[in-house]
Amino acid sequence: MMASIRWGRVAGWAVLVVVMAVTLFPFYWMLRTSFSSTRALAGGAADLLPVDFTLGAYRRVLGLSSTAEAVAEGGSSGTVSFWLYLRNSIVVSTTITLGQVFFSSMAAYAFARLRWPGRNAVFTVFVTALMVPPIFTTLPNFVLVKELGLLNTYLGIVLPQLLMTPFAVFFLRQFFLGINGSVEEAARIDGAGHVRTYFRIILPMSRGPIATLAILTYITSWNDYFWPLLVGKAENVRVLTVALGIFRSQTPQGSPDWAGLMAATLFAALPIMVLFAVLGRRVIDSIGYTGVK
Amino acid sequence: MTSDTVRAAPRLTPGTVPKIPPSRRRRLGDLPVAALFILPAAVGFAVFYLWPAVRGVYLSLTKYNVLTPPRFIGLDNYERLLGDHLFWNALKVTGEYVLINIGTQTVISMLLAVLLYRLTKSMLVRGIVLLPYLVANVVVALVWFWMLDFQLGVVNNVIEWLGFDRVAFFGSDWAIPTIAGINTWRHMGYTALLIFAGLQMIPPSVYEAAAIDGASEWRTFWRVTLPLLRPVMALVMVLSVIGSFQVFDTVAVTTGGGPINATRVIYFYIYDQAFNRFNFGYAAALSSVLFVLLAGIAYLQMRLSRAAESDLRGS
Repeated sequence: MMASIRWGRVAGWAVLVVVMAVTLFPFYWMLRTSFSSTRALAGGAADLLPVDFTLGAYRRVLGLSSTAEAVAEGGSSGTVSFWLYLRNSIVVSTTITLGQVFFSSMAAYAFARLRWPGRNAVFTVFVTALMVPPIFTTLPNFVLVKELGLLNTYLGIVLPQLLMTPFAVFFLRQFFLGINGSVEEAARIDGAGHVRTYFRIILPMSRGPIATLAILTYITSWNDYFWPLLVGKAENVRVLTVALGIFRSQTPQGSPDWAGLMAATLFAALPIMVLFAVLGRRVIDSIGYTGVK
Repeated sequence: MTSDTVRAAPRLTPGTVPKIPPSRRRRLGDLPVAALFILPAAVGFAVFYLWPAVRGVYLSLTKYNVLTPPRFIGLDNYERLLGDHLFWNALKVTGEYVLINIGTQTVISMLLAVLLYRLTKSMLVRGIVLLPYLVANVVVALVWFWMLDFQLGVVNNVIEWLGFDRVAFFGSDWAIPTIAGINTWRHMGYTALLIFAGLQMIPPSVYEAAAIDGASEWRTFWRVTLPLLRPVMALVMVLSVIGSFQVFDTVAVTTGGGPINATRVIYFYIYDQAFNRFNFGYAAALSSVLFVLLAGIAYLQMRLSRAAESDLRGS
């Protein structure tokens, strides 16, 4: 009996290790390729270490290398600067996160802690939108943003997500509902109005869930591709995901600049990985919550 | 304490709602303040959710190329859709993708969740399996596009080294299974953690009872764990299937719908109609159909899996 259980554990760990290896290997391969020279890759397609080690791919992607240098290592002759796209991604994701979390928390407060006629009906309408597949609203939203003359502007990219998402309102309302009313009551006795109660009591007491939501929102908007592809292709507002798609399609069909592409890919993924490394536990714990949605 | 309350009470509301007589105030409750708090979100909701939903239905009844005003054509788009073999192809390709993706993802995630639950509490292990989910679809697609490249990709070089023929992973036969596999790789850790959260909700007492009855691990899993996990699994499945139907990013940056139409999934077909062929009205009709389809599938899934009921209460 004892022995069989132990063997089960060994087999279990073996499977787990394989899964982790399969999970991590592509990240390593990204790293390994990004430090290779594209021209040399064919000569060592399965080498575990970078082929003909060079920082050239990063220099190309970050707009630091001359055309001659780039072409010599198998890059394209056009210059790209992923610094610019990084800036755009930071601007877009930060704006969306700040706006969405703040305005959604205000609405969630009204739904959870205030009493007013029609409250539940309005909330039901909000939550129903959770079930609408994004494409259904995306096309008309594109038309709207175009009509407003906001194509290829930051505002056009952030606007649909800036004021609320049904999920954000729903998520925060759940937490606000759980706050003990006595604290609020005490504040009111001290003469605090609703605005004061919201800023001084509700927000500080919900730091945890708000931070969780902010992280999830940041990651989601950082990784979003479809919407910015539709409204923000222009270079000056192009975010990293869109830039990657364009970079991939620009590389000549015969010989893509694989090292450059992997350097760019890693560069685009790095901020999220750093965020994850710093806030790991909170991100992992948040998965249970979103599942309840 | 009581006297404090009494003294404080008059100060409460007059500051916020001064002129409304008491009876009306009771009926309206906190409405004025609530309206203020809800205003930004309500505007966002009305302009970017409600209005486009209404407008989407309207546009689906028009011929519209974005440059000239939409022209009402009744149900023509829907009629056209029925005879559009590319639409049916898109449904077929998407269905194939969803089946492979959900099939592999569910089995692997379930296994992974049980292993995590039984073997370790390590946050590092959980963090590692979650990692692919946090990285953009586009990033994941490009990395696998490179690793699965016919000539230079590491996977094909290993396959050849093992003595097999190279595989055209993005050729017409393999493209859909490949893309499904890539997204399984991205989502399996995330789905496993959702199921893991469900496993943690099962009270240990039922396992103790099963052990006392002498049930084997295998039997316990099928007879105890799985039935008790059903509500969580139902929810996870509904969310995964709906998400899976909306595959776009991976296709867009790898095959672009090809070869020929082998990977022209429904989302990509809608995108193509709207932004490459400027058939906005037709694209809107396609997305309306997708919406109804997804709602129907979600409803069926919920019904079949009796998601709202829990076996825990009954037994």
